[in-house]
Amino acid sequence: MSETKTPIIEIRDLSFAYPTDDGEAPKNALTNVNLSIEEGSFVSILGHNGSGKSTLAKMMSLILMPDSGSVWIDGKNMSAEDITEEDVLDARRKVGMVFQNPDNQIVATVVEEDVAFGPENLGLPSAEIRRRVDEALEMVGMTKYARHAPHNLSGGQKQRVAIAGIIAMRRRCIIFDESTAMLDPAGRREVMDTIERLNREENITVLHITHYMNEAVRADRVVVMDSGRILLDGTPSEVFSQPETLWNVRLDVPQTTELLYHMKKSGYNVRLDIFDPDECAEEIAAAIRSDRDAD
Amino acid sequence: MRKDSHGAKVPWHTTMAQVELKNVSFTYGDGGPYAVRALDDISITLGGSEMIGIMGHTGSGKSTLVQLLNGILKPSEGQVILDGTDIWENPKKIRDVRFKVGLVMQYPEYQLFDETVRDDIAFGPKNMGMTREEIETRVLEAARFARLDEGLLDKSPFELSGGQKRRAALAGVIAMRPELLVLDEPAAGLDPGGRLEILGSIKEYQKESGTSVIIVSHSMEDMAMYCDRVIVMASGRIMMDGTCADVFSQYDELLPVGLDVPQITHVAAALAKRGVDIGKDIYTVKYAAARLSEYAEEVRRRES
Repeated sequence: MSETKTPIIEIRDLSFAYPTDDGEAPKNALTNVNLSIEEGSFVSILGHNGSGKSTLAKMMSLILMPDSGSVWIDGKNMSAEDITEEDVLDARRKVGMVFQNPDNQIVATVVEEDVAFGPENLGLPSAEIRRRVDEALEMVGMTKYARHAPHNLSGGQKQRVAIAGIIAMRRRCIIFDESTAMLDPAGRREVMDTIERLNREENITVLHITHYMNEAVRADRVVVMDSGRILLDGTPSEVFSQPETLWNVRLDVPQTTELLYHMKKSGYNVRLDIFDPDECAEEIAAAIRSDRDAD
Repeated sequence: MRKDSHGAKVPWHTTMAQVELKNVSFTYGDGGPYAVRALDDISITLGGSEMIGIMGHTGSGKSTLVQLLNGILKPSEGQVILDGTDIWENPKKIRDVRFKVGLVMQYPEYQLFDETVRDDIAFGPKNMGMTREEIETRVLEAARFARLDEGLLDKSPFELSGGQKRRAALAGVIAMRPELLVLDEPAAGLDPGGRLEILGSIKEYQKESGTSVIIVSHSMEDMAMYCDRVIVMASGRIMMDGTCADVFSQYDELLPVGLDVPQITHVAAALAKRGVDIGKDIYTVKYAAARLSEYAEEVRRRES
């Protein structure tokens, strides 16, 4: 194997504008975007509404095609002239997507049948389908509900069923497009724990689009979009150490960082990149102690 | 804001609406084999010039509760009393209740239907039988509250951005000048900037109109920032009812019912464990920062 692994998704110099009515000037939704997603990584994508993050997700799942530039899936240029329908289908088998509204992505009346929907359409033998469905439900912690009706589940449970459906199709990369936006705090915790486990234990590449900053800090890498361009790209520590930049583009930082920022402004020597309440308290308590000792 | 003859600002409603739920229970599919009891013997009074937050896990009964307030649902047992009268005493008059209690549902932008934003906002006042001038006044007033640019009024609702559409839907309900405004998840799906904008305009509306506004939300941080009173629902019952300080200081009880407290409240608790006690009533970052500098000041004074 070579030193540099092929990225699962790569975006090269991509620009795109949605079609407009006659006479109206098109406005770019994405402008010269370059982004490389390593296999097995966990990347959060942040940006205000209209920043281009959903357009980017649609590019990566090949729902939209770029005006210029290219999208590479697993080393293959999907924007090349000679790409066939079979190539596109093949690439789509590598990247799955989970959407925002849990009620819009459940098709069957029994949980396990819903998870089996994808594998059935792949034309797999029934023993293999059975195996995959059981395994997928196990991975999202929904085995107990295999024979339940989806409409009686909570939002978080429905999202986990939707995730199981993607896993059963053996997707190597899953894009979550604001999949936690409509859930209550417990549902968000369930889904985030599931996403994290899939990434850590099953090595599934995760792209998580979210408006919740305390979800974003759980990723290895955070990409911030603004006006169709990548504004920041780094570890959660690197990105959230710049609260002012984020506030300027209508985003936020975790409350721990915001409090530390206030402390720093008042002259305390504290780090900003702390996202855990306990560590945050430790940092502040230490700063107050050393301030006292210095006097 | 209206002004009285001396030019002083007065709220719209000199008398405030009061809704009282008396021993209300609600069962979906009542009597059938799949009956589900969503609310169980609830008694509560809502009203007064304040912002009230209702929170609870999915299925806790909070959406059922708000739909009872303006007569979309009829209680299986008990009474809903608006300004002293049982709203179901005369079912033919239930329409009047809907003018008094405005309800903005989840994702209301999907309910815009008219050709222009102006006509859409005017729909409620028109149905209330107002004159053309009065309707125009109401539309402009509501658009201002919802922070909708006047230039947008003659556009089709479909030309607006997501955030603008939601604010247009909000304006449509405000235009009826409800005595009580109820919003189910008004900020769902919006980015942090959009949340600030819509919640800020709702709070401003609440203060200026002097009415009471109820918001249902999953966001503890939003509750903490905007609400004067918080009601916590769990399993069809009211579990807590009090100020933000009252409710969020009981976080040990909130976690088991699928809720949380703002992250900053956890930080304050962790600080207390380390001997930095800034109080149990910490639920906004601003307040935490202020209390911390007071604390540090105090420490310095004691040392010297």
